[in-house]
Amino acid sequence: MTEEQFEPKIVAFLCNWCSYRAADLAGTARIKYQPNVRMIRVMCSGRVDPAFVLKALALGADGVMIAGCHPGECHYMVQNYKAMRRFAMLKHTLDKFGVENDRVRLQWASAAEGLQLATAINEMIDQVRELGPLNWSARWSENGQIEAAIQSLIVEHAEAMEVPA
Amino acid sequence: MSEKVGVYICHCGSNIAGVVDVEEVAKWAGENIENVTVSRDYKFMCSSLGQALIEDDIKNEGLTRVVVGACSPHLHEKTFRRACSNAGLNPYLCQMASLREQVSWVVEDKQAATAKAKAMISGAVRRVQLQEELEPTEVPVNPATLIVGAGIAGIQAALELADGGYPVYLVEREPSIGGHMAQFDKTFPTLDCAACILTPRMSEVGAHTNITMMTYSEVEELTGFVGSFHARIKKKARFVNEEACTGCGICIEKCPKKVIDDVFEVGMGMRKSIYRSFPQAVPNTPVIDTESCIYFERGKCKACELFCPTNAIDFEQKDTYLDLDVGNVILATGYDLFDVKKMPQYGYGRLANVFTSLEFERMCNASGPTDGKIVLRDGVTEPESVAIVHCVGSRDENHNKYCSSICCMSALKFGHLVMEKTGAEVHSCYIDMRTNQKGYEEFYQRLLGEGMHFIRGKVADVTDAARIKEEEGKLIVQVEDTLLGKQRRIPVDMVILMAALEPRYDARDVGLKFGISCSMEGWFTERHPKLDPVATMTDGIFIAGAAQGPKDIPATVVQGAAASARVQGMISSGMVKIEPVVATIDEERCSGCRICNNLCPFNAIEFLAEKEVSFINTVLCKGCGTCVAACPAQAISGAHYSNAQIFAEIEGLLYDVYSSNGHKTAQPEIESVPA
Repeated sequence: MTEEQFEPKIVAFLCNWCSYRAADLAGTARIKYQPNVRMIRVMCSGRVDPAFVLKALALGADGVMIAGCHPGECHYMVQNYKAMRRFAMLKHTLDKFGVENDRVRLQWASAAEGLQLATAINEMIDQVRELGPLNWSARWSENGQIEAAIQSLIVEHAEAMEVPA
Repeated sequence: MSEKVGVYICHCGSNIAGVVDVEEVAKWAGENIENVTVSRDYKFMCSSLGQALIEDDIKNEGLTRVVVGACSPHLHEKTFRRACSNAGLNPYLCQMASLREQVSWVVEDKQAATAKAKAMISGAVRRVQLQEELEPTEVPVNPATLIVGAGIAGIQAALELADGGYPVYLVEREPSIGGHMAQFDKTFPTLDCAACILTPRMSEVGAHTNITMMTYSEVEELTGFVGSFHARIKKKARFVNEEACTGCGICIEKCPKKVIDDVFEVGMGMRKSIYRSFPQAVPNTPVIDTESCIYFERGKCKACELFCPTNAIDFEQKDTYLDLDVGNVILATGYDLFDVKKMPQYGYGRLANVFTSLEFERMCNASGPTDGKIVLRDGVTEPESVAIVHCVGSRDENHNKYCSSICCMSALKFGHLVMEKTGAEVHSCYIDMRTNQKGYEEFYQRLLGEGMHFIRGKVADVTDAARIKEEEGKLIVQVEDTLLGKQRRIPVDMVILMAALEPRYDARDVGLKFGISCSMEGWFTERHPKLDPVATMTDGIFIAGAAQGPKDIPATVVQGAAASARVQGMISSGMVKIEPVVATIDEERCSGCRICNNLCPFNAIEFLAEKEVSFINTVLCKGCGTCVAACPAQAISGAHYSNAQIFAEIEGLLYDVYSSNGHKTAQPEIESVPA
C-alpha cells in the first residue's frame, strides 16, 4: 500500500418519514455502503436550516447530503419543495464561498428506496473523495476569498432586488 | 449542573456485536465523552432485563439522560421511552442511535464500523443533554366518523361502526351508493351475483339510524386534527326534494330525453335526463342531469314536474353546504380503470368488437344494456370465439409496473360466463396466472376443465387485417405463445381487454385535502405496509379498499372492517395523545414579518393582528419544522429538534474531525448564521 487514501466525512440529514426509513430498509436488506456517512434524523427535509449545512462544513465535514421524500410524497404535503428551493440558494451561496457543488447533494429517497439511497451515498462519497478534503475553516483564514464572496453576494442580491424602472 | 448520561450499547445477539466492537464502544464512551456516568453493553437491550438495566441506573445512579445504541428508533424508541418513563424520567430525555440499521448491517469493515458507531454515540450524547422534558397533549375523540366513498369498503366500514352504536356520515360522489361492485354481474370464485350480496347491504345502510348518508356530495374541506375534525360537505343539487320523493320512478318514465350513460353503463346503455344509476339505487331518489335536461337547455318541458305525484321536483334547488364535526375519517375512494385507448395496438375505439372488462361486466349483467346477453357491438350476433387479453396497462413498463391483482380471476370468470351463455371458444392470453387466494386456484382448475384455452404470452396487437381466408371478417389476436415458442394469430369475434386498476384521477388532490400522501403511482400510502395497513401517517385518517392499492372484494371488505375497528378503538379510549414535537413562537423575538405564515400546509400559523406577531396552534402543528428553519429572527423553536440540539448532534458526529482540526470543543449554543 502506498499513501493513505483520503476518507471524507459526510453528514446526512434524513427526513423521518421517507429517507430515514430508506436507511432502515438499506440496513434490513443488508445493502452495503461506505462507512463515511453519518446521519442525523430530522422530521422533514424542510427542517434543514442552511445553517446546519454551513455548521457541518465549518466543523470539518467534507460534504453534506439532505435527503427527503420525493416531490409530491412529502409527509407534510409540500415541505420538501421548500427544502428544494432553499437548496438551490444554498448551493449558489456555497459556490461563491468556494465550496464545490458536488459537496452538497439533495437526494429524494422514498421509504422503499433503500438501494437507491445507498447508491446515492456511495456515489457522493466517491465524488467527494475525488475532490479531496474541504478544510473549510482553515481556508477562511488563508485569504481574502470570504470577504470577496460576501461582497459579490451582496451586489448580486441588490441587483436582484432592484425594481426595473 | 451537568447532566448524568447513561449509555447503553446493544449487541442485538450478533447483529450488532458481530461487526461493531460493542465492548470497546461502551468503554470508550464511558471514558471519553463528557458527562457520561454509566456506559454498558448488553446482549439484548430491548429485553425486559435490558430495560431493567436502564430503569435501575436511573433510580440508583440518578441518570438524567439516556442514550441507547441499538436498532432504528422506528423499532424500539417507544420501548426505551417507556423504560425511562417507568423509572420516573421524562421519556423525551432518551435518544437512540441506530447502530444496527446504519452501522452493523451496512458496513463490512469492523474497524470502520466501530469508528462510525463511536461517532454516532458521541452525537447522541451531545444531543440528549439539550433535550427537554415534553408532555403529550390529550384531546377528546368525537365519536362520529366521516367515511368518504360508499363502495363496498365504505359500506362495510359504515355498517360495522353503526352497528357498534357510533354515528357515521357516509359521503358519496355519485347519486347512489354501491361503487364499482354495483356494476358487476357475478363475483369470483363463487359466482354469486354481485347485486344479490351487495344490495341488501346497501338498503341496510339506507335504513340504519346511525348512518347519515350523503350521496351526490363531496368533501370540500377538512380542517382540525385527530379527535376533532371539521368537514365541509358540498351537497350537489339533485333538483329532486329527497324528503318528498317516494322513488316511484314516474318522472324517469315520462322524461322525453335519452342520453348515453357513460358512468354506470360505461357508454354501453342509455339513461334519461332524470335518472337513477340503477334500479336498486340507494337512495332511490333520482337526479336531474342539468347538461342534458331540456328544461335547463331551453327553459321548457318540466314533464317530470307535471307528472310527479308528490311535487318533489324542484328546479330551483341549489348546492347546499353542511358542516360536520367528526373524530376520525375513513377514506374509501376506490379506483379508476386504465384508459385502454392508451394502447392503440389493441384497437379499442377503432375496432368495434374490442370491449373493456367493465363494458363486458355490464353486458353480462341481467339488468345491463343487453339484458345479460353476450353479443357483439351490433347488439344481436353472439360471438363464436372470444379472446381475453390480460395485463392491459398493468405489469407494463410503459404504463403501470404493478400487477392489478384482480384481472386474472375476472378473466376466468368472464371465460366461464362466455362459455356458459354462448358456448363460444375462449382464449385467454396471460403473462402469469395469479390465483393465490382461498378458492381461486380451484376456480382456475375448474376453467381448465371446462375447456377454456390458455395461451401464455403478452398480446402484441389486435387487428382486422386478414392474411388468410379463415381470418376474414374476424379480429386477429397476434400473440407469442411462450410455452410453445411460436407466434400465433388467433381469429376471434370478440376481444375483452382486462384493463388495469389505477388510482382515482384526483387521488393526489384528495390526499392533499385530507393531509395524507400517495405512492408514486397515486395509491394512498399506509402507515406500514405489513403491520399498519389501514392507518396513515396522519392520525385519525384511515384508508380502506382499492384506494390503497388494487384488491379484490374480500380484501376490500377486510380493510373496511379493519379501518372501522381502528376507529372504534380510538372512540372507546375516549382520548387521544398528540405528539409534543411541535413548533412554538417566542413573541418577544417575533418581528411579525409573516414569512412563516404561508409556509405551513396545515394552517397552524396565524397572525395575531393586535399583537403583530405570529402564533402557532400547537394542536394543528404536525412538527415538520419548516417554519423553524425559515424564521429569520430565530423566533420559532421546534421541540425535540431545536437548532441547539441539532448543532450539538453535528458536533458530536464530527468529534473526531474537528478536534483534530484545532477547534476547541464547541459549546452547544444557538449561533446566528445567516439563513
